[in-house]
Amino acid sequence: MTKTVAIIGGGVAGLETAKQLNSLGYSVKLFEKSNTLGGHVAKWDRLFPNKRHASEVVSSLTLSQGNTQTLVGTTVSSIKRQHGNFIISANSNNHEADAVVLATGFELFPAEKKEEYGYGLFENVITSADLEQMFIKHGKPAMASGHKPVRIAFIHCVGSRDEKVNRPYCSKVCCVTAVKQAIEVKEAIPNCEVFCFYMDLRMFGPGYEDLYKEAQSKGVTFIRGRLSESSEIEGGRVQIKAEDTLASTPLKMSVDIVVLMVGMSPQLDTSKLAADLGLSLNADGFIAATDLHTNPTETTTKGVFVTGACTGPNNITDTVNAAKATALDVHNYLSR
Amino acid sequence: MSYYHHFVIPFTAGLLFLVIVVAAKWIIWIKGLNNQQKRQVKGNIFTKKSLLATWEVLAESLFHRKVFKKNFLLGYMHMSLALGWFLLIAMGNLETRIFTHGQLNPPYVPIFFEFFEHDLSTLRYKEIFTFVMDFLLLFVLSGVALAYFKRATSKPLGMKQATKHAFVDKLALTSLWLIFPLRLAAESVTAGLYGTGGFFTRWLGEAIAPLPAIDMLYYPLWWAYSLSLGLFFISVPFTRYMHIPTETLLIFLRKYGIKETEKHTSYTQVELNACSRCGICIDSCQLSSELGISSSQSTYFLKSLRDKKATDYLTETCMLCGRCDYSCPVGIENSTIRLNQRRESPATGTSFGYVPAIEASKGKIAFFAGCMGQLTPSVTRATLALFDAADVEYTHIDKDATICCGRPLQVNGEENAARELAQKNKQLIEGTGAEALVTTCPICARIFAESYELSIPVYHHTQFLYQLAASGQLKLAPSNNLITYHDPCELGRGLGVYDEPRELLKFAGNLVEVKSSKTNSLCCGGSLAITSINQQQRNQMARKTLQSIGANDVDFVATACPLCKKTFTAASDENAILDISEILVKAFANTKQSSKPEQKQTAKETSTVN
Repeated sequence: MTKTVAIIGGGVAGLETAKQLNSLGYSVKLFEKSNTLGGHVAKWDRLFPNKRHASEVVSSLTLSQGNTQTLVGTTVSSIKRQHGNFIISANSNNHEADAVVLATGFELFPAEKKEEYGYGLFENVITSADLEQMFIKHGKPAMASGHKPVRIAFIHCVGSRDEKVNRPYCSKVCCVTAVKQAIEVKEAIPNCEVFCFYMDLRMFGPGYEDLYKEAQSKGVTFIRGRLSESSEIEGGRVQIKAEDTLASTPLKMSVDIVVLMVGMSPQLDTSKLAADLGLSLNADGFIAATDLHTNPTETTTKGVFVTGACTGPNNITDTVNAAKATALDVHNYLSR
Repeated sequence: MSYYHHFVIPFTAGLLFLVIVVAAKWIIWIKGLNNQQKRQVKGNIFTKKSLLATWEVLAESLFHRKVFKKNFLLGYMHMSLALGWFLLIAMGNLETRIFTHGQLNPPYVPIFFEFFEHDLSTLRYKEIFTFVMDFLLLFVLSGVALAYFKRATSKPLGMKQATKHAFVDKLALTSLWLIFPLRLAAESVTAGLYGTGGFFTRWLGEAIAPLPAIDMLYYPLWWAYSLSLGLFFISVPFTRYMHIPTETLLIFLRKYGIKETEKHTSYTQVELNACSRCGICIDSCQLSSELGISSSQSTYFLKSLRDKKATDYLTETCMLCGRCDYSCPVGIENSTIRLNQRRESPATGTSFGYVPAIEASKGKIAFFAGCMGQLTPSVTRATLALFDAADVEYTHIDKDATICCGRPLQVNGEENAARELAQKNKQLIEGTGAEALVTTCPICARIFAESYELSIPVYHHTQFLYQLAASGQLKLAPSNNLITYHDPCELGRGLGVYDEPRELLKFAGNLVEVKSSKTNSLCCGGSLAITSINQQQRNQMARKTLQSIGANDVDFVATACPLCKKTFTAASDENAILDISEILVKAFANTKQSSKPEQKQTAKETSTVN
């Protein structure tokens, strides 16, 4: 009899895992709480480092699903272990599965928590995700009033490496995203001044450093220093205060738009599922695997696997690799 | 008739030593008071305040009322020892006075009366006296037994942790614990040999009388009893038992209106010596209960200061939340003493040459958001929206740039630096010509009120908004939301503002009152007065505090301090944490939604008048 695998989460991690298990001959049920597949990536315009359209990645993953049973608009409320099997309750229906893969991903750091930056208060303070939506809809950023911005500031590490909001870890992808977005702004509005306020620039992946050089050559100014606070001034513009730590001087600047590079936070719903299944969380609140180095997909509960950004911040490439590894581990588990 | 035996010497010498030392200390302390404090003593000593102080001495030093409130057994233990011993002395004196027909006896006579007088047949009310004396001795012994028990396990007596004592304190403790068992043994043996004593010592004496060589114990036991008394008396000035005579003086001085000032005075010495090192402050301290830091609490800090050995660790490892000030059964101003100690040893002189030049615009009300206000723009925005809604004429004096109020420096002992900032802010505030100063930050409000000496009144925004709401100038319509309120340390225990925030919240929704509130409320963990704990430790404390106010059972957690708001927001992703002003803005919006028919009515009324 064909064994069934339940995958929770229809983002990149879940889609890739489903695709692989499908081709290995398993019956796969993919649960996605929103009405569309593709997770956060589906809401992104273009991807670093090569500015490829995110929709290409999402459609390549969704089109290669084969017999995967995808249940969109389906929220998993609980998962229970019963006689070596799992009962998944979702939208008041019960589904049975032989193994479970948690691919629930992350949520964007709620920028309102960093109140001094004014997100949700000042209309021209937006997040990196809001900016992607502007690119999708209009191809370029605009002020809330509709005016064309002439000065934009990107603020790195919002909800990352910040103990003051209980997010002490690095979210990995925001640095390069800011550099990519800064270039895109420069390309869309060439006379717009662009500033990046950073602590370090962590350009770890292939092509990332090149992107950083490209940004510099296009006139993006990088200022090493964290924002202390912002306030709204005339015309809805935003005054920001920071310290230029290379020049050792405090600075004040008025800009048209502030873009907050929000980091990746653990999902509250995932923590509840994890508690259901007796899984432990790591110090940052993401799900802990049994062995960080040699067993990054198995959990302490037999038959429950984790993959993608629910284990910590990740980019698309690493997530896809993790998903392939997870599929293989699930296969080994089910054919033992 | 004269009573004497050599064994009374240890007791008498000890007592004499104690009386001389205590008297000398009292004189030194009283003479050392500053002129203002001396005037307070002179002005109040012959008023009813002395009577009130006497009453408090009885209530606290003998009955231990506040200790009873903490825990019944703990209160009973203290009361049986203090009140029991006191009555034993008083009754003993009365007994010997009556027996010797009013003769004035040396102090050792009533103490060792059972030794000196075996035939009490001529004593009036003999039966009553012998009964009462035995009864009181048993009463005291029950307290001693509880004290033994408490050493083994202090939990049933309401204390999770007891103070770890120094060697000399343990020595004194041992002699104190020996006094009453030795008295029982000496009196029982005497009763067995000579047929003296009351219902208990006689019974015990008769029971042990047949034992061999019991008469050999007679003199050694009376010697041991006297020695234990003498040893205890001599140890008092060097140990925590000095609190017994000192608390009496403290109660009188406090009743005369004397308080800690901004520097240590000889009144501080009285407070230091009045600490019994009971350790109740350890349990009330969140550093101990949450973080396991149990070696810096007031009991240890005060002892180190009394021994002139206060270390930086002890002086600085404290949040100045003020919880121990309220839990202390002696009522010692722990936080102020600790703050004054920080003032004694500031780091380096700081200069604020870069402080921005701010020009104040005129307005009826000067509004100051402070540094925390800059970091919580939503709170500032909400408060100013409410001012607009109530037609308050205000000037936001630190809109573009703010000068720190100085309180964060002050709590870390940097008094001079704090004053430098205070001076600039004071000019700014008074330059507005405003009638009152309003701030959203309790930290600022505290230093404005306590150290700025402003010519205009200072209000925390909850106090000011309450006036507006109560007078109807600010219209609010409540929702059905459940709200719990967290008392900020600086606003509650610091400034004594507990009611206005609560009354205000009732204009906005349903206030849920919790057990650990007001003076008993926990600190959010964000305290600026401590730098040695990390963010995780602060988060841990904040989560416990949220739990204590039932945050998960309500729609909103309200606080009235931007620092508390930020601390809670960092620690919790589940709860909605808002400043009162933000909740009131919602309540104001409710009036707009429901006010249309009301406006019509007003229009109608107006037309009828016309």
